[in-house]
Amino acid sequence: MNLHEYQARELLKAAGVPMLDGGVAATADEVHAIASRIGGTVVVKAQVHAGGRGKAGGVKLAKTPAEAKEVAARILGMTIKGLVVQKVLVVPAADIASESYVGLIMDRESQRPLFMVSSAGGIDIEEVAAKTPEKIHRLAVDPRFGLMPHQSLGLALKLYQDFNQVRAAARMMEQLYSVFMANGASLAEINPLATTSDGKVLALDAKISIDDNELDRRPDLAALRDESAEEPSEVTARKANLTFIKLDGNVGCVVNGAGLAMATMDLVKYYGGDPANFLDIGGSSNPEKVVNALKIITADPSVKVILFNIFGGITRTDDVANGIVTATRQFKVDLPIVIRLTGTNEKEAVKILEGVGMKALNDMDEAVKQAVALAKGAK
Amino acid sequence: MSIFVNASTRLVVQGITGRDGSFHSKQMLAYGTDMVAGVTPGKGGQKFEDKVPVFNTVADAVRETGANTSVIYVPPAFAAAAVAEAADAGISFIVCITEGIPVLDMARIMPFVREKGARLLGPNCPGLITPGVAKVGIIPGQICTPGRVGLVSRSGTLTYEVVNQLTRNQIGQSTCVGIGGDPVIGTNFIDVLAAFQADPDTDAIVMMGEIGGTDEQKAAAFIAQHVTKPVVGFIAGQTAPPGRRMGHAGAIVSGSSGTAAEKIAAFKEAGISVMERPADVVRLITERLKN
Repeated sequence: MNLHEYQARELLKAAGVPMLDGGVAATADEVHAIASRIGGTVVVKAQVHAGGRGKAGGVKLAKTPAEAKEVAARILGMTIKGLVVQKVLVVPAADIASESYVGLIMDRESQRPLFMVSSAGGIDIEEVAAKTPEKIHRLAVDPRFGLMPHQSLGLALKLYQDFNQVRAAARMMEQLYSVFMANGASLAEINPLATTSDGKVLALDAKISIDDNELDRRPDLAALRDESAEEPSEVTARKANLTFIKLDGNVGCVVNGAGLAMATMDLVKYYGGDPANFLDIGGSSNPEKVVNALKIITADPSVKVILFNIFGGITRTDDVANGIVTATRQFKVDLPIVIRLTGTNEKEAVKILEGVGMKALNDMDEAVKQAVALAKGAK
Repeated sequence: MSIFVNASTRLVVQGITGRDGSFHSKQMLAYGTDMVAGVTPGKGGQKFEDKVPVFNTVADAVRETGANTSVIYVPPAFAAAAVAEAADAGISFIVCITEGIPVLDMARIMPFVREKGARLLGPNCPGLITPGVAKVGIIPGQICTPGRVGLVSRSGTLTYEVVNQLTRNQIGQSTCVGIGGDPVIGTNFIDVLAAFQADPDTDAIVMMGEIGGTDEQKAAAFIAQHVTKPVVGFIAGQTAPPGRRMGHAGAIVSGSSGTAAEKIAAFKEAGISVMERPADVVRLITERLKN
């Protein structure tokens, strides 16, 4: 789960990371009030879960509260990478002397939290990493011992020569590490970590992602979720314990397991069709899940055919069949449904479907071919 | 011989009395797996299905029954601790089925598991099966048949799809292994590939990958260098759209976008025959075994 910048700032601030004082606002009038309180030039920053905000016009300078109000009116409501801006963060414009990058990520390879720092920070850090990888310095932290003092100092020395700045940056890395570990983060990033012309070291922007698996035991973090910042159908799906991603095609897919779901979408494409979505109903096979899946898919007007591809393991195919029957009784499904199911309790499932005049196929390729043909015929 | 599990596997089930644990334990017993013990704290002294003794701790189970392999079905909040307990009790092969374990929990216990010399498979994986000998985990036994093709996969149901294709076409399997898709896993593609290469009863290998990360590219490089047996591979997610991404660290750490095209190119470079769709496995394995 991604946090907004203003939420990430609050976690870091609580840990003692030095930052400029700011405020978050949902209306242009609130922005005016915050800018008046801060005084001087401010930056108005769109709060959306997408990178490249600045390049999309979602980050603007304003010299006066009136100007801040005016740019806020333009930024609030604008769409960045498909997401509507609901809130803005207002912070004082900093007098920046240098920009560094400090990132901490859960690294698959070392299986440890991995620091990456670079004195070439800012919005082009990925280009820096791709073209001049030697400018990125890495350190994997052993979670049993935490970030040791010589390690944070060593990282900070890669960024600064002035020893006051080195000590300040080292302390901020320790604080970043403690926030990362205490909140079950998968990513925590300060970019830029800036120095000002009077020599201070400050975190000017922060990004934190929380491991979704932490949320069950951390209601305080789960409460930070901003549903208004997500695709509505994806919110509905998550609440029904389904993994759903909307795509542009017209073959609606209901599959159990992420790998098989992707392979099914690939096969739809292979036979000349276009998948309308990725949808994984997961391992356990509550018929209710199937009903919800059908509701979500049929809500998309571009869907012309619904394709089920179920390989029963933990998932019982008779539960899925019951779900399909229940759904078609609860609400009218006007679209053709192609069902492939095999595995656990397959015979019972076929019987349930045949009882209501539906057919079940056994072969994945055959089912996908039929679904693609139906989608084309419907055009 | 097969890999990781065989006729000398003595299995203890952690979480045997739970909903998932008991369901799958019955299936493993029915398959003929030598299940010697179960563990549920507070239920020591009971018998599961009137025959498998239940203990309070893994250490008790090991001492009383000589268990050497463990499979874990405990809920996510307690699963990492269960892995550590198994390693501490001297279990040498630990399979963790549990999905949804906080990643930092796994990162915290992995150094301990390695120090104890245990091998962990998973978490968030379907486990493994040596057809006709032992099933540890949740792979449906009826879709497998004994033979000489080894299979390793990052996913669950996609594995079943391919195993099913093989079995329907009379191509048996030595061992089918699901390594799981979490960021921190105990056994990766390379570990399994090395084991199949060393296994005299495996003639060819099927490897099922997915988009994201660089594990498949690393495995391809390993195959080019160290695997002489024919390998057939698949990458799921060729049509998946690039996601909205926050932050830069993910791209910086891997130096790769993890796309299907990148992975397929790495496979081809390493001499792996690439399936365009799951059903291709039959034709490609047959071709590679002929030559």
